[in-house]
Amino acid sequence: METPALLVEGLTKTYRPGDTPAVDGLSFVMPMGQTWGLLGGNGAGKSTTIAMLLGLLVPSSGRVVALGHDMATDRFAALAGMNFSSPYIALPHRLTVEENLRVYAHLYGVPDSKRRIAELLEEFALTDFAKRPAGQLSAGQKTRVALAKALVNRPALLLLDEPTASLDPDTGDWVRTALERYRAESGAAMLLASHNMAEVERLCSHVVMLKGGRAVDTGSPADLLHRYGRDDLEEVFLDIARGRNREDAL
Amino acid sequence: MTGTDDRGAPQAARGNDAAPTQGRAVTFAGGTTAFHGRPQGSPARRIWGLIFRHLALYRRSWPRLLELMYWPVLQMVVWGFITAYLAGVQGNTASVAAGVLLGGVLLWEVTLRSQMGFAISFLEEVWSRNLGHLFVSPLRPWELVAGLAAMSVLRTVAAVAPAMILAFFLYGFGVWTLGPVLVAYVFALMAMGWAVALAVTALILRHGAGAEALAWGVMFGIAPFAAVFYPVAILPAWLQPVALAIPAAHVFEGMRAALNNGAMEWGHLGWALALDVVWMAGAAWIFLAQFHSARVRGALLNIGE
Repeated sequence: METPALLVEGLTKTYRPGDTPAVDGLSFVMPMGQTWGLLGGNGAGKSTTIAMLLGLLVPSSGRVVALGHDMATDRFAALAGMNFSSPYIALPHRLTVEENLRVYAHLYGVPDSKRRIAELLEEFALTDFAKRPAGQLSAGQKTRVALAKALVNRPALLLLDEPTASLDPDTGDWVRTALERYRAESGAAMLLASHNMAEVERLCSHVVMLKGGRAVDTGSPADLLHRYGRDDLEEVFLDIARGRNREDAL
Repeated sequence: MTGTDDRGAPQAARGNDAAPTQGRAVTFAGGTTAFHGRPQGSPARRIWGLIFRHLALYRRSWPRLLELMYWPVLQMVVWGFITAYLAGVQGNTASVAAGVLLGGVLLWEVTLRSQMGFAISFLEEVWSRNLGHLFVSPLRPWELVAGLAAMSVLRTVAAVAPAMILAFFLYGFGVWTLGPVLVAYVFALMAMGWAVALAVTALILRHGAGAEALAWGVMFGIAPFAAVFYPVAILPAWLQPVALAIPAAHVFEGMRAALNNGAMEWGHLGWALALDVVWMAGAAWIFLAQFHSARVRGALLNIGE
């Protein structure tokens, strides 16, 4: 059996004793080469889950195995093959785009980093901005830089927290196309937390629906649409968020 | 799984049901390679990455460089004139005391700049909200500490070297008259700066940017007990053990012995280095405990907000 990109078993996080768990017994196995979506309303546990998958947050119980490495005991081996992008975590804004990419090429030990950076600048249409401080870029340009950083080490596992949040439709589409291209070229696995249902339908082969920290449903977008008798994932999302069960929906 | 198909796309990557490729390198059209799920790079390169990140800030900003030198040079000028005045009104006997004061100013600046160089480099990451990216990279905590210590050395040299040169040309005081032991003294003082900065960094991990004032001010609170400008014996008896638990106090006792009598106080140097080890060990323990606590609390993503 091939090593999965992510193996998550009974993942639970309670920030303070006695509090309701932010994530409660989450389990899934995500194979390599696929894009999965992590969906849920605000406070459903998406960001907490991603933070635990990245090793930024220690779970209260359960375990994460990323790229065959247990994140509790061997996280740095996994992190070398992973990367992450979020519009909510900035890159140093006084460094130029190129300097930012160089820093992360060093941190990830990217071989032939000059060539890799040149590829990324071209691929993400950043060549003209390479010498500009990251803080002086527009939101769309910053997102492209963040994605270029996330791909600098050609990650086998890419975690994305709302990668197209606050982007205009054209830039959002551009980013989604870049992600599809990367997955198709590399065979990497991607886990995407998003509120954009159209984006999830387009990119994801499998969806985990979170509510109150629990996985309340899972399946391919087509399966979920069929199961809930809906035409689009947004309606499925609303059914789940508002506690309408499948029978009600049907 | 590692070849390319007739369209130039890797065979391992067709659509959302592509076969897994973890654990091996995959070569694509154009000769690029994917490195899947294996450790990459060396500690030295990751540490250099962190140093480069900070050097890049100074490369384009002369005001930043000027700001590094400003306070040590200003201190040197003020204390230099004070000592020149004392030497003038009290005759030659004050010349030695003047050298002791100038030596104290210069060497204390080493401690101060070492601590600030480390702590402020960490704060740069907090201010730019970059910690989340750093801590999901393969950069180990000890590599972060090594990178910050390296930045502290560079910042200290840039800050204190001009003041040392100025002291020689303006007041005829060369701190290098202490001899080769100066290197050991400087190292002992820098190590103390790192230990204090590591503890401050731990407090920033615990309390966020609210603790950043400590990065600027903590050393000024230690200075009165570190016997920078006067011997430990001047302090009240009950305070002397406190002073002798500070590495810098032994360095300055040694410096005064060297400048006053030309004597080499190996005992004080030994104590300074031994205390540095204890301080570093304590600070490292506090840092690692707070780093783990920040990972439990989920604070690494929010520091700086």
